[in-house]
Amino acid sequence: MRILSLAGRRLAASIPTLVLILIGVFLLLQFAPGDTVDAMMAQMGGGDAATARELRKFYGLDLSIPAQLANYLWRLVRLDLGFSSIYGKPVASVILERLPPTILLMTASLSFAFFFGLVFGVIAARGVNRWPDTLISTLGLIFYATPSFWFGLMAIVVFSVYLQWLPPGGFEDIGTMRTGIWRVLDIASHLVLPTLTLGLIFLAIYLRIMRASMLEVLNLDYVRTARAKGLDETRVVTRHVLRNALLPMVTLIGLQAGTMLGGSVVVESVFSLPGLGRLAYESVVQRDLNTLLGIVFVSALLVISVNFVVDLIYARLDPRITAEG
Amino acid sequence: MDAVKRYFRSPAAVAGLILLLIVIAMAISAGWFYPRDPLALAGRPLVWPFSNPRFLLGTDNSGRDIAAQIFYGARISLLIGGVATAIAILIGILVGAFAGYYGGWVDNVLMRITEAFQTLPNFVLLLVLVAVFGSTLTTVTIAVGVVSWPAPARLTRAEFLSLRNREFVQAGRTLGMKNIQLIFREILPNALPPVIVYASVVMAVAILLESALAFLRLSDPNVASWGNLIGLGRDVLRVQWYVSAIPGIAILVTVLAVSLVGQGLNDALNPRLKGR
Amino acid sequence: MSEHETILSLDRLSVRLPAGADRTHALREVSLEIASNEILCVVGESGSGKSMMANAVMRLLPNEVTIDDGRIMFEGRDLCAASIAEMREVRGDGIAMIFQEPMTALNPLRTIGDQIAEMFSIHTDLSKAEINTRVLALLSDVRIPDPKVAAKAYPHELSGGQRQRAMIAMALALDPKLLIADEPTTALDVTTQAQILKLIRDLQQRRKTAVMFITHDFGVVAEIADRVVVMQHGVIVEQGTASDVLHHPQHAYTRQLIAAVPPLKAPPPRALAADNILTISDVSKTYRTGGFLGRGARVTPAVKNVSLALPRGATLGIVGESGSGKSTLARCIVRLIDPDTGSIVLDGNDWAKLSREDVRRETQHIQMVFQDPFASLNPRRKAAELVAQGPIVHGTPRAKAIADAKELFALVGLDPSAGDRYPHEFSGGQRQRIGLARALALKPDVLVADEPVSALDVSVQAQVLKLLAELRQRLGLSIVFITHDLRVAAQICDLVAVMKDGAVVEHGLAGEVFGNPQHAYTQALLDSIPGGEFAREHKV
Repeated sequence: MRILSLAGRRLAASIPTLVLILIGVFLLLQFAPGDTVDAMMAQMGGGDAATARELRKFYGLDLSIPAQLANYLWRLVRLDLGFSSIYGKPVASVILERLPPTILLMTASLSFAFFFGLVFGVIAARGVNRWPDTLISTLGLIFYATPSFWFGLMAIVVFSVYLQWLPPGGFEDIGTMRTGIWRVLDIASHLVLPTLTLGLIFLAIYLRIMRASMLEVLNLDYVRTARAKGLDETRVVTRHVLRNALLPMVTLIGLQAGTMLGGSVVVESVFSLPGLGRLAYESVVQRDLNTLLGIVFVSALLVISVNFVVDLIYARLDPRITAEG
Repeated sequence: MDAVKRYFRSPAAVAGLILLLIVIAMAISAGWFYPRDPLALAGRPLVWPFSNPRFLLGTDNSGRDIAAQIFYGARISLLIGGVATAIAILIGILVGAFAGYYGGWVDNVLMRITEAFQTLPNFVLLLVLVAVFGSTLTTVTIAVGVVSWPAPARLTRAEFLSLRNREFVQAGRTLGMKNIQLIFREILPNALPPVIVYASVVMAVAILLESALAFLRLSDPNVASWGNLIGLGRDVLRVQWYVSAIPGIAILVTVLAVSLVGQGLNDALNPRLKGR
Repeated sequence: MSEHETILSLDRLSVRLPAGADRTHALREVSLEIASNEILCVVGESGSGKSMMANAVMRLLPNEVTIDDGRIMFEGRDLCAASIAEMREVRGDGIAMIFQEPMTALNPLRTIGDQIAEMFSIHTDLSKAEINTRVLALLSDVRIPDPKVAAKAYPHELSGGQRQRAMIAMALALDPKLLIADEPTTALDVTTQAQILKLIRDLQQRRKTAVMFITHDFGVVAEIADRVVVMQHGVIVEQGTASDVLHHPQHAYTRQLIAAVPPLKAPPPRALAADNILTISDVSKTYRTGGFLGRGARVTPAVKNVSLALPRGATLGIVGESGSGKSTLARCIVRLIDPDTGSIVLDGNDWAKLSREDVRRETQHIQMVFQDPFASLNPRRKAAELVAQGPIVHGTPRAKAIADAKELFALVGLDPSAGDRYPHEFSGGQRQRIGLARALALKPDVLVADEPVSALDVSVQAQVLKLLAELRQRLGLSIVFITHDLRVAAQICDLVAVMKDGAVVEHGLAGEVFGNPQHAYTQALLDSIPGGEFAREHKV
């Protein structure tokens, strides 16, 4: 299928990017004061120089930097992400444990932001420069300017402390072991505030882009043709404007994937969610550089996969793309 | 100039400008209103706002004056925002100009690097940079700038790609101009306006990024920044929520102001978008 | 329906523009009538209000522009007073419209068949099967090759001419009483234009539709009009039957417009020098795009083994439609593009082989004038600076270069003090003069003019061509003149080369190529000129 081969080509082109990122971050981490062994020894409560040397030899940290890099890349190809000194487990399993909450959070936030961004963007564009537009655009600007972590904190104050409607943090109620639908609902209630918090900024972005895109398309020639055929405004919008205006939005999902992952670091910290973002923060604070590198790898993979899916969707929506191959 | 007139015709743009000027005024006048070190103990901890005329906005967990920290925090936010933005725009323009003008392998290599920066979530990269280089004001500012250059680069590149084949550039080539001349004296002045406008977006994001870092206690703890204060207030969120609320509003107002000014500039410089 | 009842009548229609426009009204007291089974051509230059009139009839004016007086009578009712719902019924069913740019006038994300079918689904209750049959019938009516395939195609998969045929099919789907065609052939090639004009004429005669055909080209008027209306600055200055207006124009503006249409007869040949200043031998350029690791690349030969000669002091015209390679060839000559093979010998030097640095140094001998008066001047530089740039780059001190520039201004017919203004303060024709001055500033031996008048209004075209002719006489210029318009080439070129698909199919003295064309393509080009006899013979 043409679409698959085109998206596949773009995917293959991102492999050098991935390698570039890994090499870059790996080299960057060499500048860090203290390495994994220092962190381990701090965990163990101290040790002498001989132990340090032994450990370094064991982990291959006494080799030259290019050799270490080659080692690392070779292990990476076999999906061996190394060992986390802090958690005492392979990095891969630590990351795997923390992946589900982050993916859930990102999916929920993306859907929320995309859907409402679309709806409000269309409403604003239809009523351009009148009160619906002014209201929506102003709210959008305010949401965009709101620091996500602050919004999260305020939401906790309002909804958890005063109104006591929603839990203030955590992924699920650890005390009571729920199963089946009750567990799902419990997790859902824990995710409401984080989703809102993470999604808010992106809602503002999608709203603005959708509005601008709609206005742009509404001025194009083929909309005039549609009106000249006698179509009423609603059908002009749904049949001719919407699909065309969606294209920049779809592209934006790919572009914003990385930012959203970054945003989850903060949101997970605010709401104490056991996700990948918070893991990144902990790795920095505890100087677990292996895990940090592993997170960099997984984040890049996630962004690349999201972009791959976006490419597929975009090619499906726009027949001009497959023609240019 | 009619661009200036157009700017002032938009109430939102004017409001943004006023807010921004207020924030700048706060930053400049901090030394007069609060001559003592804002991070020094000033009174009893956790005094509520408006309850004590000496501390209009109350005090935080350690008894430091919140209002003083707000005023001094304006300096930090504007400083970091401004410098980081300048770094990002400068790098972005250079990368984008060369990539867009020369095309070919130069473009390929530069775009791979840009893509690498964009594929890695910028906050994760920020964390890595802070882990490696530490959390002083200087390193945080440079780190935020380094994390923010890809978007201006893409924008500049797009402008150059479209302008490079414009006939006035071709005319310059037939007149015998060298490449460097064409890039910096013919194309760049025409490519600059959208990038300058975009600088406001970059600045808004830079301020948000730094405050997020500060909230996570990963920024410079020795300065009075709004993010630091919000982080502090987290410990007393249940009752004295104002410690976190007030600096958050300050950030909101500043970023809002910067965004409004940017939008106003955009509308003023691109009049064809009128009626929107 | 009787043969000549009035379908549409405009009664003192006035359309007001918003504050800040260059005049108060787009249309002022316009009155005209269109009967069934006739083609009324509305002629005018840009800014005459002709498109506004079409939009007003369809009530598709932009928000800030309003009808403030007059009536539009269609089928017994005043469209000015009709409600939006009533207008929606009229649009497409009673009055249909086709536009200038078929690429942008069709939704790029929906198939042609889909968009034509929409006409039926809006106004009728027909079943899907019935609609499909009708769509295919329409597509074959407009003579699109392979209607079944075309119906499933997207706009970008068809050629410009085919897209316009699809638009015509869409417009005529419901057999409207009136078809408004807003410059439908302006964006098309000459040969395609001839076909579309013929198509419109045929369909009109078969279905007895009334047609309002908007154009700026009097050649087109001569080709298809029954009656003519001439507009200037929003007012009708003359109307009448085609033969009356074409052969006995009353108003001065009409006469000016007709005079500006270049006749096809070449002026008497001038004596040509014996030696050639520019010799192009076997020049080729092929474009390779796309392809992954070298496979599946699309190879486009833009210029194929072209050989031409330009005698000193003469003007060589290179004529071709879009895609013929003429622009690529022009850019190879000035080394904006590097040719793959061949030699370009200018005064003994082989340009094709020079290094980049040498090209930059030698470029003063051969200069270029560009097509788009808006895009060819850096909007941020003053006019005098633009003209002085070339000499400054080559070492002339700035003050002298600016002084020389002002002299050049006078030479090209501009006010020397205008040198301090920015490009946007000049009109299109004036900007082309600035471009000319800029090219002449380096005192080149050869001037390559790439469609220098194509983007200008007809009356301005004539002035710029006149200027070129004067300059070449005064300065002894040798000119390579690229154009798609044979009529323009006939006026100013001593020699003509016709290009098609990258190769030269015919070349020789202008008089011979136009009077006695040998190649079939040249003949087709000559036949496609709208208003053939009119173009050949009308007195200037």
